[in-house]
Amino acid sequence: MARAATTTDAFTAVAEQRRREILEVLARGERSVGDLVVELHLAQPQVSKHLKVLHEVGLVAVREDGRRRLYRLEGRGLKPIHDWVAGFARHWEDRFGALDAVLEELTGERTDGNDHEG
Amino acid sequence: MGTTTRGSAVVTLPADDQILIVREFAAPAAAVYRAWTEPELVKRWWAGSMGTVTSAEIDLRVGGGWRWVMEANEGFEVAFHGEYRELAPAERIVTTEVYEAVPDAYAVNTLDFVESGGRTTLTMLVQHQNKEHRDAHIQSGMEGGMQTSLDALEDVAVSL
Repeated sequence: MARAATTTDAFTAVAEQRRREILEVLARGERSVGDLVVELHLAQPQVSKHLKVLHEVGLVAVREDGRRRLYRLEGRGLKPIHDWVAGFARHWEDRFGALDAVLEELTGERTDGNDHEG
Repeated sequence: MGTTTRGSAVVTLPADDQILIVREFAAPAAAVYRAWTEPELVKRWWAGSMGTVTSAEIDLRVGGGWRWVMEANEGFEVAFHGEYRELAPAERIVTTEVYEAVPDAYAVNTLDFVESGGRTTLTMLVQHQNKEHRDAHIQSGMEGGMQTSLDALEDVAVSL
């Protein structure tokens, strides 16, 4: 089986479907490895391996609770992905800001003919 | 992140070959439709602050074509063209869209204008032929290039 190419950031980490599933479960609350094994019907070594990757890229945090280790979603780690989509949104928002100005003029000059274009 | 007077564009990725952009405007649907279909109006907003629209040709009928050209502030030109598939004044525009730098790929854009209380919500669905084209499109709106493949991104990211 081909080893995943360098998993160095949030983007490559969430490109793997199992890891996204783990994040979705953690988004609902803290889980131990055992909880994830049960909820996702995965083998424990597989869950541990994915958690290790997710932890390395900062998408999950872990804390000790007695003898258990509890994992939780680290929302800040998703920021680069969020920003990626947000960049596209900004691009459109820049256009729409200009469109707002045009619309303001259109709605403000109903009665007159439009001779504003020189 | 909510605003009161003006909407803010919300972008989601409903499927891995789609982009959905939703934005509210403080104007009736007829005005928003005009701004999308009259060349002199398109010229005034389509480039935003990114450049200047140097040409906006519009043959406003089903089967008619359009071609919009922008000169970016950095000096290069970007051109898009397409063909109208559906036109319902103040309600809907369905058109193909080709970015001329990537002439083999096209998207089908469906714009719905829904007016309520004098304000209009524009819902723009961009349907690409495949995920690669969709991702390339998103990146075209960005400064750096981030080569990555993301499935179902919206599940985890956009819900933040």
